[in-house]
Amino acid sequence: MRYSGFRVIKEALTGHKGWTPAWRSPEPKAHYDIIVIGGGGHGLATAYYLAKEFKEKSVAVLEKGWIGGGNVGRNTTIIRSNYLLDGNEPFYEFSLKLWEGLEQDLNYNAMVSQRGILNLFHSDAQRDAYVRRGNAMLLNGADATLLNADQVRDECPFLNFDDTRFPIKGGLAQRRGGTVRHDAVAWGYARGADSRGVDIIQNCEVTGFRIKNGVCSGVETTRGFIGAKKVGSAVAGSSGRVMAKAGVRLPIESHVLQAFVSEGLKPIIPGVVTFGMGHFYISQSDKGGLVFGGDIDGYNTYAQRGNLPTVEDVCEGGMAIMPMIGRARILRIWGGVMDMSMDGSPMIDRTHIDGLFFNGGWCYGGFKATPASGWCFAHLLATEQPHETATAFRLDRFQRGYMIDEKGVGAQPNLH
Amino acid sequence: MIINHPLLGPRDAQEFTYLGDASLLDRPDWQAKDADIAFYGYQYLRDNPAGRHQELWYHEQGDRSWLVVTRDTTTHVIEKVEFASDVARQRGRSK
Repeated sequence: MRYSGFRVIKEALTGHKGWTPAWRSPEPKAHYDIIVIGGGGHGLATAYYLAKEFKEKSVAVLEKGWIGGGNVGRNTTIIRSNYLLDGNEPFYEFSLKLWEGLEQDLNYNAMVSQRGILNLFHSDAQRDAYVRRGNAMLLNGADATLLNADQVRDECPFLNFDDTRFPIKGGLAQRRGGTVRHDAVAWGYARGADSRGVDIIQNCEVTGFRIKNGVCSGVETTRGFIGAKKVGSAVAGSSGRVMAKAGVRLPIESHVLQAFVSEGLKPIIPGVVTFGMGHFYISQSDKGGLVFGGDIDGYNTYAQRGNLPTVEDVCEGGMAIMPMIGRARILRIWGGVMDMSMDGSPMIDRTHIDGLFFNGGWCYGGFKATPASGWCFAHLLATEQPHETATAFRLDRFQRGYMIDEKGVGAQPNLH
Repeated sequence: MIINHPLLGPRDAQEFTYLGDASLLDRPDWQAKDADIAFYGYQYLRDNPAGRHQELWYHEQGDRSWLVVTRDTTTHVIEKVEFASDVARQRGRSK
């Protein structure tokens, strides 16, 4: 069923009796050409692009719980492509371009809103670093605008410009950045994949891999064995758990990142504002809630909840840069489990086991990458060659010395 | 989280900094033939278990001791806290 304004009016006049489920609930078949493990944003996007761009006819997505119940439902919905390094920036710019055409492509309202993102800086050295970053973005076809303090004041008069420790000297803006309705991304991809013949199988947990002589021939699940020529894992957050079943050790630690939403307020925050020095970033949802967050808690965990010291740290950061939000009350706090990779960058690569492919290590930046991650993983699964924007995301880059160390903190996942 | 320090008793986890898996105590032999592979695994690869996890915490805001904390990564419940030096000796290191 195609969605349109006409359709909404027609259904409104006929008692909404014509709507049908957006995707099927098929029984798993005995064998598929390609199995994607994980029905989150990345897994569903992978299945969608496998069917649409690479014309794969026999694809299944296996999801432990319900689709969109993991990190695609637990993030702060920001999209951007303001990266520095060559291994990263073309990929994230590819992703942002896909976001820009996503809703027409999917025929699904994902509420992509390019309201802009602003990274604040507080010193000459930081401005130099942001000039360099902005130039790297421009060289890769992205947009970047350097703002001085007065220009920032025009857009965000509510900021605390005269803080003694971190006075605001300006910011780097990316106007094409913004926010997206996160759940709709999962649902839109699921609907698009399903309508092209992909079987989305929920409540089907992968419990093991069938691997013989270094070749993966399928997965054991809670609903029996399912054979496949190729298996791709896209379960970021649980990558350690799933890949351990295949005997693969990863350059990844799992950490928790907390996020917060306030009560609904009238529009006040114009876009996304980040205060990196204070470990704080914020945007405002279309419902009016202030959506904000900070750093990871900093210890290994698979629990989808964090601890109070980080809550305090994030709120202090917010009060330091934006004292006006002190009167807003927090409605909800939640935690998502992150694959924190050793250099802060992701992996989309084959493993040493034939027929087993891996997508993960997204740290806390996976949401913005969803479309390109799906496209590039689909490219890898279908052609067995990396996509041109994802050639640096290799699993063995740490062994070869080709880290993509965007933040320059080395092999310290708790520092990213 | 509260970490029950072997000498100082229960202390807030905020006083500590976290390093990671206690396998970092087991530094490979740098003179071995396969030292490059061993150090790659030592530095970059992790078991990253969901469940019981032995990990290194440093009491930076306290007595500056290194501790090995045995903690469940699915519940945050701490089972055991030991001095890293004791654990290292048990594992056959001289100090």
